[in-house]
Amino acid sequence: MRSKWSGLMIAALITGLLAGCGNGATSSSGASGGSTASTGGKVIKIATQSPLSGGSSIQGEAIKLGAQMSMEDHKEEFTKLGYSLELVPYDDQGDPKKGVANAELIGADQQVLGVIGHLNSGVSIPSSVVYEKYNIPMISPASTATELTDRKLKVVNRVVARDDFQGPAAAEYAIKTAGAKNIFIIQDKTAYGQGLAEAFRDAAQAQGATISGYEGITVGEKDFNGVLNIAATQKPDFIFFGGLYAEAGLLIKQARDKGITAPIMGGDALDSSGLVDIAGADVKGALYSSVAGDISKLPDGQEWTARYKEAFGKNPEGYSVYAYDSMSVMLEAIKTAMGSGTEAPARDAVRDAVRATKDFEGVATKVSFDDIGDNAYAKVFIYKFADATYPGSLEAEIAQPAK
Amino acid sequence: MGKLQTMLQANKLAQGLLLAAFILVTAGAVYLIDRSVTAFLLMLASLLLLYYTSFSNGMKWSIAVFLLVIVIPFATSGGTSRESYMEVATQCGIYVAMALGLNIVVGFAGLLDMGFIAFFAVGAYTYGIFATGQANNFISGELFPLSGESFWIFILIGGFIAGIFGILLGLPVLRVKGDYLAIVTLGFGEIIRIIFNNLEKPVNITNGAMGLSSIQPPNLFGFQFTFPHQFYFIVIGILLIVIFAVRRLEHSRLGRSWKAVRENEIAAQSMGIPLIRTKLMAFAIGASFSGMMGVVFAAKQTFIDPTSFTLIESITILVMVVLGGMGSVPGVILGASLVTILNLQVLTEFTSWLNQLSQQGIFEVPNALSPSKMQRFIFGMILILVAIFRPNGLIAARNRRLPEEAVKDPSPPVSKSEVQPD
Amino acid sequence: MFSSILQTLPQVLIDGLALGAIYAVVALGYTMVYGILELINFAHGEIFMTGAFVGTAVLFGFQGAGWLTGMPAWLSYLLIILIAMLVTGALGVGIERVAYRPLRKAPKLILLISAFGVSFVLQDVIRFIAELKTGNYIISTPQLFDQRYQLPLSSISSWFTDASVKANTLFIFVIAILLMIGLDIFVNRTKWGGAMRAVAQDRETASLMSINVNKVIVLTFFIGSALGGSTGVLFAQQYGTIDPYIGFILGLKAFTAAVLGGIGNIRGAMFGGIVLGVLEMFASSNLGILTGGNFGAEYKDVFAFMILIIVLIFKPEGIFGKAIKEKV
Repeated sequence: MRSKWSGLMIAALITGLLAGCGNGATSSSGASGGSTASTGGKVIKIATQSPLSGGSSIQGEAIKLGAQMSMEDHKEEFTKLGYSLELVPYDDQGDPKKGVANAELIGADQQVLGVIGHLNSGVSIPSSVVYEKYNIPMISPASTATELTDRKLKVVNRVVARDDFQGPAAAEYAIKTAGAKNIFIIQDKTAYGQGLAEAFRDAAQAQGATISGYEGITVGEKDFNGVLNIAATQKPDFIFFGGLYAEAGLLIKQARDKGITAPIMGGDALDSSGLVDIAGADVKGALYSSVAGDISKLPDGQEWTARYKEAFGKNPEGYSVYAYDSMSVMLEAIKTAMGSGTEAPARDAVRDAVRATKDFEGVATKVSFDDIGDNAYAKVFIYKFADATYPGSLEAEIAQPAK
Repeated sequence: MGKLQTMLQANKLAQGLLLAAFILVTAGAVYLIDRSVTAFLLMLASLLLLYYTSFSNGMKWSIAVFLLVIVIPFATSGGTSRESYMEVATQCGIYVAMALGLNIVVGFAGLLDMGFIAFFAVGAYTYGIFATGQANNFISGELFPLSGESFWIFILIGGFIAGIFGILLGLPVLRVKGDYLAIVTLGFGEIIRIIFNNLEKPVNITNGAMGLSSIQPPNLFGFQFTFPHQFYFIVIGILLIVIFAVRRLEHSRLGRSWKAVRENEIAAQSMGIPLIRTKLMAFAIGASFSGMMGVVFAAKQTFIDPTSFTLIESITILVMVVLGGMGSVPGVILGASLVTILNLQVLTEFTSWLNQLSQQGIFEVPNALSPSKMQRFIFGMILILVAIFRPNGLIAARNRRLPEEAVKDPSPPVSKSEVQPD
Repeated sequence: MFSSILQTLPQVLIDGLALGAIYAVVALGYTMVYGILELINFAHGEIFMTGAFVGTAVLFGFQGAGWLTGMPAWLSYLLIILIAMLVTGALGVGIERVAYRPLRKAPKLILLISAFGVSFVLQDVIRFIAELKTGNYIISTPQLFDQRYQLPLSSISSWFTDASVKANTLFIFVIAILLMIGLDIFVNRTKWGGAMRAVAQDRETASLMSINVNKVIVLTFFIGSALGGSTGVLFAQQYGTIDPYIGFILGLKAFTAAVLGGIGNIRGAMFGGIVLGVLEMFASSNLGILTGGNFGAEYKDVFAFMILIIVLIFKPEGIFGKAIKEKV
């Protein structure tokens, strides 16, 4: 019994200590809020949620950094208004459960007025249900699944194009420009990859191409010879892959090993420097559609890229600038919701202000949200790797058909 | 210190006062301080403190229920962080029930199951398929989605279906022993996940990788459950039933047969214990607890897809059981709570604290070292350290001892204070 | 249907044999440790993964020092394999010392849990090091032999389509066969090999015959792990991309191969590996064709696990193993 009590004491101590660290976080944030109070400051927090660990951490990190940069740029403005801005990055690990749990934490923190995220549609969808409960607006710089906005939630917005626009746009390019007639489709059995591949397949069929195969692979695998053997028998003149860059890089390499020379095209998840690292020289000629534009072609792009590099010591990924724009839209909406008052706006006011965004000029894209939160100005871009360097060169730019 | 301890052990009144003071202080702290994880954890620790008091069983139970149903929800309602506390508590409850289910298989019957999350998935999908329009794909007539009122009956259905899956898994496994069993169950867990991930052709049953969204939340006489503090009560209700069932089972004939099979199969068989039935019952009952919570999970998330049921989840539940103490009900409850809180609160908070430090430029933490990424490392370390230094876990399992007279006496034994409630 | 299966058969065989050779060498490690300790060394898949990372790190080191241009590619390849073998062998011995030896008398369940723990710790430690060094844990390795040879089979018979083979695939065959033959000779012809077999048969009696059982166990772990590590290098060279999670599923499949051949039986493990590799490749290439497109390549892992389960249920001793009666 005695050992039990002492054991309990120790356990209590440990939990106390552990929690103490955790608590340090909260109290320190409180303290920082208190210290800036002398300058008449109150805190507005914006959360980001993206995978900071796991297979998509390059892009997840890029989202966080892009948002962070925008926040730095607006700090001055808000200080004048009497607010200090704070970024609260959360790691959703690309896992829906984790995303929802984090969303509850975000909802609980009254100072958080908005969320920039997520990367994966599979995480955005369940997490957005939680945001809806707490009226926290979210702007996704990357989630493309149709389901996300089709549920007509008030809080969900995105600055990028939908899958049912990206897939068909890619199909149109494949058939009209690349002259594909016999297309072989591979997808990675994730919500993202499958959604994109299906949208592409349906559009390609409608435009008269033959789909000679539709096969699935497993994320994390390294050996795709099985699927490629099937592809080899069909002798396709075009291969489309719905999935992430790590698998895409290996697929490209192994297809070329097999002597399959058909062009290989993928979706926006291939828009990453990781693809070139993995596929090496074989990446030449590979295509990808992206919802992210080539930033170096934009008027302020060069300068923005240079600033990004200076701030974080690495090149921006495709989504960096979209996260930047998302954050800018969010902060703009907060200002609008504040009006001339000095009180921090209520969440639902910010939510409605975000949804009411019209013709906002971002660095990468103009933003106008329609009634379900899709961006009317979202475009799809087609890139091709002329040589083994990231990013590819812009081949085509497709604007959304007017609704 | 020693003196104080002996005095405390002898004096129930002093214990009660200490406990009451502790609960009051922590609950008050939770109520008044906003977002204090420490206070919340200490408040939960009062349950542990309660476990170590020497009150009678009934007394402990009533205090525990009072704490869970009244004090904790009330205390957390003070601040704005109510929902996040409640979310943690709800997840805790879900995992505790699952860990108790796995404990039956691993702890009582000694069958190492590495694919336990599969049953959770079965429960979640059972509700998910019928509470969305998904079932219209293979059942004619536009009957679905069923309304949220069906949730209550689905808790039982989900448990039942998961139990059937448990038996299906158990049947082939009867021939396989020891380490092989671990691998086979691991394989089964993966097989079920892959099948769920691919079952959109030839008949779309699970909607494959796209998952099922907009699952109907539970509904009781028109009252919609959406927030964690509402789910909390559902989970606590189920959990109390599960704990009660497990404790009854442990000391029943069946529970004793499980332990006999665990200690020595051949001896157990020669004593007339039906091996096949005993093992299958362990699988079925363990699985059904997990299935019930799967239904709750699906209703709470309103979205499920196969990525929520990966191997790491199975491992997580195993870590809970091993850390708490295999075969020990209070131990497993403690283990599951600790691991869930670690996962959801401590790691996340610690990470955001480090993030703040690096943002303020105090010191740079490499991103690779972010604690919320260290899950696997922490779990692995727990497994190794527990295996080597405390193979019985934090609260070791103890078999009930009966005084000799009670054995000779044909009337059923009255539970003695050796039986510790949780 | 049949003709399309036949068309790709040569290519399927080549790919399957390459995969099978990798499974076979990894399976050897499982089988050796099981034979001697009756323990499934769960961390073996992670040792294989560590080998892949160590090999890649050494290769980068060579590159940095500019040695790659100075010496012939095959020599640097062999050096890398050798270094990876030494490191992973030592790692295996360390794991045995820390996580298994204290538990030799403990129940099986506890030992297995510890093995699982080791596996997870290794995954995360490697991820951590890789991320710290490169910022990403998916690492691409430079490939030493990436020439491709086309085999114009279609000119031989219209039944087949052309197949292609990578230089590295041939390398895998050669090295895997050398390793297996070497191990076979070692176990069957040397004094230490005899000691190993003796300990595997009866640990108590072997120790009475003045065999140092602990030394033999350490040696077994060293050799088994070194084999796993060398395969890791082959794998990294074959696919050019590695991450900390490649070991887990591959380890399970290699274990399946060991069971298929009869656990504890060295030649059986080789056979099982080759068979499983070819079967898996055949399944992923042809499942879709055989089931009319309903169950495609995405079911190939299910297929591999099914083999494991079926073998364990109906013939737990595998193809070449001896049935063991349980001692009461």
